[in-house]
Amino acid sequence: MDESTIITKRKLPKKRIKSEHLWAYLLILPTVLGLAIFYVGAFIQNLFYSFTDLGSFGSWSFIGLDNYKRIFSDPEVGKTLSNTFEYVLLSVPLTIFVSIVLAVLLNSKIKGIGFYRTLYFLPAVTMPAAVAMVWKWLFNGNFGLINVMLGKIGIDGPAWIADPNFAMIALVIVAVWMGVGFNMIILLAGLQGIPRSYYEAASIDGASPIHQFFKITLPLLSPSIFFVMIMSLIKAFQIFDIIFLMIGKTSLAIEETKSIVYLFYKYAFEWHDKGYAAAISIVIFFIIMLVTIVQLKLQKKWVNY
Amino acid sequence: MEQRTYKKSIFKKIKNDRYKTYTHLFLIAGLLITITPFFWMVLTSLKTLGESTMVPPKLFPELPQWSNYLEVQNTLPFMKFYLNTFVYTFVRTIGQLLFCSMAGYAFARLEFPFKNAIFVVMLSILMIPGQTFLLPQFMIIAKLKLTNTITALVLPGLFSAFGTFLMKQFFMQIPKELEEAAILDGCNHFQIYSRIMMPIVKPGLTALAITCILDSWNQLMWPLIVNTSIDKMTLSAGLASLKGEHFINYPVNMAGAVLAVLPMIVIFIIFQKQFIEGLSHTGSKG
Repeated sequence: MDESTIITKRKLPKKRIKSEHLWAYLLILPTVLGLAIFYVGAFIQNLFYSFTDLGSFGSWSFIGLDNYKRIFSDPEVGKTLSNTFEYVLLSVPLTIFVSIVLAVLLNSKIKGIGFYRTLYFLPAVTMPAAVAMVWKWLFNGNFGLINVMLGKIGIDGPAWIADPNFAMIALVIVAVWMGVGFNMIILLAGLQGIPRSYYEAASIDGASPIHQFFKITLPLLSPSIFFVMIMSLIKAFQIFDIIFLMIGKTSLAIEETKSIVYLFYKYAFEWHDKGYAAAISIVIFFIIMLVTIVQLKLQKKWVNY
Repeated sequence: MEQRTYKKSIFKKIKNDRYKTYTHLFLIAGLLITITPFFWMVLTSLKTLGESTMVPPKLFPELPQWSNYLEVQNTLPFMKFYLNTFVYTFVRTIGQLLFCSMAGYAFARLEFPFKNAIFVVMLSILMIPGQTFLLPQFMIIAKLKLTNTITALVLPGLFSAFGTFLMKQFFMQIPKELEEAAILDGCNHFQIYSRIMMPIVKPGLTALAITCILDSWNQLMWPLIVNTSIDKMTLSAGLASLKGEHFINYPVNMAGAVLAVLPMIVIFIIFQKQFIEGLSHTGSKG
């Protein structure tokens, strides 16, 4: 009797550990299996495709680095990359600047603050396909509301999305309009984490609101700004939806707006040059990786934790 | 002395009020830019084609053309789009809530061999842009002969590294004593997960559900690729097919746009507190 209880007592922890392992594997099984097939496996498969000339019928042969050589000599890759960088450099700082201003204003104690927050967030829940359609109409050169308004103050507006010189600006405007809501929410949460007492102390010392903004708000908000910036950069590099929807394939403006992901889509799913498309996607992967690493390195210079 | 402080505080109040007025003015100006596209979308959707292209434009239609909403349904099977988008969003969200919370619980609360290695591989998925998965995902779906099905829409998005990571963060905050007590009571790990832990991580589940619903409802590229037959399209892909390269009937298009965005906007306005809290969570935890 005594002996047997000792044995079970000794065995129990081991049994318990084994059952813990078993439960853990059962619980992670669906996710690990799904991720292994559709993500990890897919990534490796994609890498493999990038060294082949896979086309639409599934026949392929191994062509080594030819796709990558082609990328480096393809002027369209250069063009789409420079378009993408232009879009990122214009839209990301502008979106973040507007988001910070709005978040700070929406953090003040004024009437109707909930109403403002709701409406400012609205574009963030709106389907890009519908957004593109509406803005396309607003940007219409002849009947669009924007040019009509510009006409009222004596400016002869361009054809915007149909004009190669203005299409990028139009895209950036739409991107800022769509992107501000989400960033604003994240920044607002960051602002609410700054203790009120800091501002009170600064007020007593006679610091002006502008001084307070630069000495208290901005430094203490920097982790949120950093997060928003990384997310916005990664998203902006993958710009596709609004170009695909707003600028027609046959439009003159497509030359000046098509992005690297647009090019990937074209080769992968329209021209069925899948090997080449896979190589392009690997290049996108490296660029985003590089930009993120640079951001992580730079953060030490300006982010306060 | 007393006089002076009184004066000073009055002066301060006036200054403060002025700041508030400026804030309101600025916010209202910004608001106009933010909501004009919505107004214009609704107003245009009720105009005749002639009214929509009038110069200078008429703000309001002479007679609201509700028929535009019927016409867009004659052009495209909108009810099918609704159904497809709804089923896709619903199944994917339920799947993610279940799978991500299960895996998140295991990663946060249980010990098992290769835990860290598996977790690191999963985290690395988060850093890889979606385009690098897209081609093989499509080829797997094609090989399984699943193109033009709802299953195709749902399948890869059922599993989420982001969601698992998010849920793990929420499970980690729960004190250890709770599950120790449950183990002494004879609960197994699945019971601890389903009966004790799940109710506690409700804010996490809400955050995940909102991210997933928004992403599914608005997603464009994946539905565009896997479902090309019109009766299996989502709203997003359906609207994209409406864009037309040459002649565009804007009032009818705008009616389509209104129909596509309305459900999400209504849901957002009803659950805005959850939306905003949920998305702030993904910011602080993700």
